[in-house]
Amino acid sequence: MIGKNPLVVPLVEIPIFDYTVFMDTIADLMKDESRHCVAYHVVPLHGKLRFFCCMASDHEKNIVLLSHEQNTSPLPVLPSLTAAHFLFHMYEREIWEQYGIQFIGHPWLKPVRVVEDYPFYSIEGDGVHEVGVGPIHAGIIEPGYFRFSCNGEKVMHLEIQLGFQHRGVEKLFLEKPSGIQRAVLAESIAGDTSVGHSIAHSQLMETLAGIISSPALQCERIIALELERIAVHIGDTAALCTDIAYQFGQVVNEALRTIVINTTQSWCGNRFGKGLVRTGGSYYPLKKDFILLLLANLKEVEERFGQITHEIFTNPSVLSRFEGIGKVSPHQAGMIGAVGMAARSSGVKRDIRWSHPFQAFRKTTYEPVTLHQGDAWARAMLRKLEVEKSIQLIGNLLSGHDFERMPAHPVYELTLPASSFALSLAEGWRGEIMQSAVTDEKGNIMNYKVKDPSFHNWMALTLAVRNQEISDFPLCNKSYNLSYCGHDL
Amino acid sequence: MTGALLAIVSVIFFPGIILRVKSIASGRKGPGILQPWKNIILLFRKSSVFSTTTSFIFRLAPAVYLATICCALLLLPFPGMPSLLGFEVDFILFAYLLALGKFMFILGALDTGSSFEGMGANRKALYSMLTEPAFFILFGTLVLLSGHLSMQEIFSHFQFAGEFSLITGAIAIYLLVQIAMIENSRMPVDDPKTHLELTMVHEVMILDYSGVDLALIQTGTNLKFVLYGGLIANLILPVNGGWFAANVLLFFLVQAGFAAAIGLMESFRARKKLAKNPQFIVTLSSIALIAFIVVLLLTRNLLR
Repeated sequence: MIGKNPLVVPLVEIPIFDYTVFMDTIADLMKDESRHCVAYHVVPLHGKLRFFCCMASDHEKNIVLLSHEQNTSPLPVLPSLTAAHFLFHMYEREIWEQYGIQFIGHPWLKPVRVVEDYPFYSIEGDGVHEVGVGPIHAGIIEPGYFRFSCNGEKVMHLEIQLGFQHRGVEKLFLEKPSGIQRAVLAESIAGDTSVGHSIAHSQLMETLAGIISSPALQCERIIALELERIAVHIGDTAALCTDIAYQFGQVVNEALRTIVINTTQSWCGNRFGKGLVRTGGSYYPLKKDFILLLLANLKEVEERFGQITHEIFTNPSVLSRFEGIGKVSPHQAGMIGAVGMAARSSGVKRDIRWSHPFQAFRKTTYEPVTLHQGDAWARAMLRKLEVEKSIQLIGNLLSGHDFERMPAHPVYELTLPASSFALSLAEGWRGEIMQSAVTDEKGNIMNYKVKDPSFHNWMALTLAVRNQEISDFPLCNKSYNLSYCGHDL
Repeated sequence: MTGALLAIVSVIFFPGIILRVKSIASGRKGPGILQPWKNIILLFRKSSVFSTTTSFIFRLAPAVYLATICCALLLLPFPGMPSLLGFEVDFILFAYLLALGKFMFILGALDTGSSFEGMGANRKALYSMLTEPAFFILFGTLVLLSGHLSMQEIFSHFQFAGEFSLITGAIAIYLLVQIAMIENSRMPVDDPKTHLELTMVHEVMILDYSGVDLALIQTGTNLKFVLYGGLIANLILPVNGGWFAANVLLFFLVQAGFAAAIGLMESFRARKKLAKNPQFIVTLSSIALIAFIVVLLLTRNLLR
């Protein structure tokens, strides 16, 4: 079953393979290096466990949907996909954690979100010592526990334990029946990606309900998404400067970020774009006077950001802190199935805006920025380049923007098709966001699945700090700026 | 005695100037000049909390740290005024008084048993060890140039070495500034503002201190700055022919300029990668060594 983003398929049309055939098909698909798994999860269906797997291709711009079915008792013991294709390791750990299914040949089935009795990997040896950081950290970041196995200042291995923020988001989606509750929930999956996640959610609901949103609405969503990207990227540039104690870069970028988020606020009343993206319509259609403000602010940000990034990327003391720190090779990034910025900064061209265009991207051609260095410099530089691109993109979208005379209002009461599987992909600032739902015979959502880019990218951080100095960990961490709550759900 | 007293007076405005310069450089107004001291006084009025894993060493360390710096202050000369304790080769006592303070400080950090503090202590010990040669070679150079052994005499005869004193003075000031920055764990080897434990040197070592003990450490750290500032001032202040009042004013100006320079240095550059710090510190010793050899050649020529 081959489809395009966003995807909606009646369950009967999804082929159910035998597990060995399923494995062979995956192995076949994985021969194409540009293919990666965007979703692999279990839905309990008619007393059986139905496994859905979506393989997306970056070049062929399609999504292959596969499934297999297993009995609930006795629980199946399956050969692991991870043994051959490492990028499945998180999916299989998650399935093991949620349903207790054993995967033979998986290197280590350890919890994804359960924090009690976490089995840590430990290295024994002369001069090897462990440094534990967290789960509560200095500053305002979220909880997560990092355990370093060090030899002197050198990190031999980093173990990341997450799950402290687990709120049961996927379950809440089923418990909250009204559309507005779900929309608010989607915004809160990861506070810094509220627009990204709500676009993925609205798109999913619209696809299921068969609503085609107007071009103007699609355009507005993408403007909001890119504004979020610009704000976070500039904020991260400031944070990177903070970590290397470059005060000048820090204060200038912080001020610029404020301009951007205040622009979003004057659009919808919330600096993080909450309430802006809703299913089927919008409470905040673009108005002429706001467009003028937006263009003026973006022009100012573009100019000042250009100046400060010139300062940052030509300052020798800054470059010596960024260059060669936390390198992740293209091979490693591909292997772990890195998505979004983590992939693009390591030379893997993976961008949903380009490979599986959604909303207004279907009408424009977006060429992703890719850097091959894979170090902290590349991740900082990628932010600079993406900010420039996003500002350009907003300009292009606005110049072709057609105002709606009668903007549609959000629709919360949707009639969904019975027994269907739907999948929606969007590219948030961090990377690929996947949301997927399965409806029952009555057309109620019976399973909701969310995947934040951090789900895969935390592994990139582990690889980045290996054989680095422990004092470079904060810089590496900040250069990825991964989400704790997005991972923990 | 005058040197010590003037240094204590200048410590009142010293940290405030650093903070203010950094604020202005980042486009902010910044707090009042006395704010750092208000914070320290606030700490003095609080009681300390001690971790159960610590012993008396942890409690002793801040007091010893401050005491050694106060003793070192007594060795600080002032043009035309003898220091309280000055004697021949007193700069060795000066250096090792500070080293004793650091030693206790490191022990105190290790005493907590925290892996963070151990890491910080390890770094601090390494940097102190590497800074020591730079300090001694520098003083060796000054001794050679002036032909005297006590700090008071060195500084009062230093300026009569003609144009050599100018070039040696410039190098000496550069080295003293850098040594002060390293000793106080400031940029580029450490970042006093960071909240990231893994990158800290000094800040991570004081994580377990609170209240009065923290106030003692912060007082000591600020005094250490004016101590080095005092040495720099001694290199600059005219020895003869100056009025006392002009010299006092100049002393404060040098301290203020030193503080402003620290503020500027910390505003417009990134700190070094931690692994490159030892390399940087060793460079200081090499610079001192070059100065030493040059002076050695020159003075022998002069004698002939």
